[in-house]
Amino acid sequence: MKLVIIVPAFNEAPVIRKVLVALKKEIASLGEVEIVVVDDGSVDATAKEAMTAGAKILSHPINRGLGGALGTGLTYAKLVNADIAVTFDADGQHDPGDIRRVIEPIRKGDADVVIGSRTLKGMQQIPFDRRIILWFGNVITKLLFSVSTSDSQSGFRAFSKPAIRQISLKTQEMEASSEFFSEINRLSLQLTEVPIHVIYTSYSRKKGQSNLNAFGILGRLLLKLAR
Amino acid sequence: MQILLIPVQVFLLIFILFAFSRVWLRFRERTINIGTFLFWSLIWGLAALGSLNPQFTTSIARVLGIGRGADVVIYASLVLLFYLVYRTNVILENVRHQITELVRKIALEGEKRSKKKK
Repeated sequence: MKLVIIVPAFNEAPVIRKVLVALKKEIASLGEVEIVVVDDGSVDATAKEAMTAGAKILSHPINRGLGGALGTGLTYAKLVNADIAVTFDADGQHDPGDIRRVIEPIRKGDADVVIGSRTLKGMQQIPFDRRIILWFGNVITKLLFSVSTSDSQSGFRAFSKPAIRQISLKTQEMEASSEFFSEINRLSLQLTEVPIHVIYTSYSRKKGQSNLNAFGILGRLLLKLAR
Repeated sequence: MQILLIPVQVFLLIFILFAFSRVWLRFRERTINIGTFLFWSLIWGLAALGSLNPQFTTSIARVLGIGRGADVVIYASLVLLFYLVYRTNVILENVRHQITELVRKIALEGEKRSKKKK
């Protein structure tokens, strides 16, 4: 089974090497695995750091946002005929130890898309303001796309081969996280959620989406639906 | 027939002629298509009619049940502006999407080239 791990990155030079080294250690026994960093127009040494960690680099000449980077990663996974694609944040908030759990439902043929949910292990690992944003995101996802989820904004996901082939992202920025659910609904893909750890550091909180950004995301999602 | 124009009508007509000339020029150089040309011709044509003959807007106001002709112009302008802002946003989103597609192609081609070099 060919597994492609997509790591979208924008100016993550301070942490990306450490994240990739930990990831590499964890996937050593998983068979044919390729780590692909989509460097989304970083102006720091993100690409260089990722390269020294042994990852493949796909370089966006200009910044296109999270959705643009994820779309590039999934297109690459489609081109190399990957059986499973995993998206993994570059800021160090995910535990590489969870990767087996996230891909397991796809390996067993039980799911097309797996969401690594930060809330299934309990809300206590999530800061209060983030809980509100997550709840808001989940409600909007249910209302707009009729898909129930416990973590619509999770960056840790896995996709089966049919999902990789069919999913087509149109949005550019953070709203891509919600757009995945629109695609799951449109393509009638089988969705499963598994609990994951989340490691909130001051770095990952600074790098993640701001709470106020939620309104912009909603506006762009509505625009996507109305066009 | 003698036509008397008050200063605001003169100002409006000059502006409308200027705006229509832009539409005509863009159409002639094929920057806009026939549909867009006809849409804007209609808008500026109605604006010219309303400026030259304010009774025109008053009669529309009467038909629609709105008090004054000037109110009809304001309501219609607001609706049109909202719609145009929406359309502009959609076009902008499409352009952003196309740029992303292009950037994606460059990134994937770059990867292919570096693989060939090796």
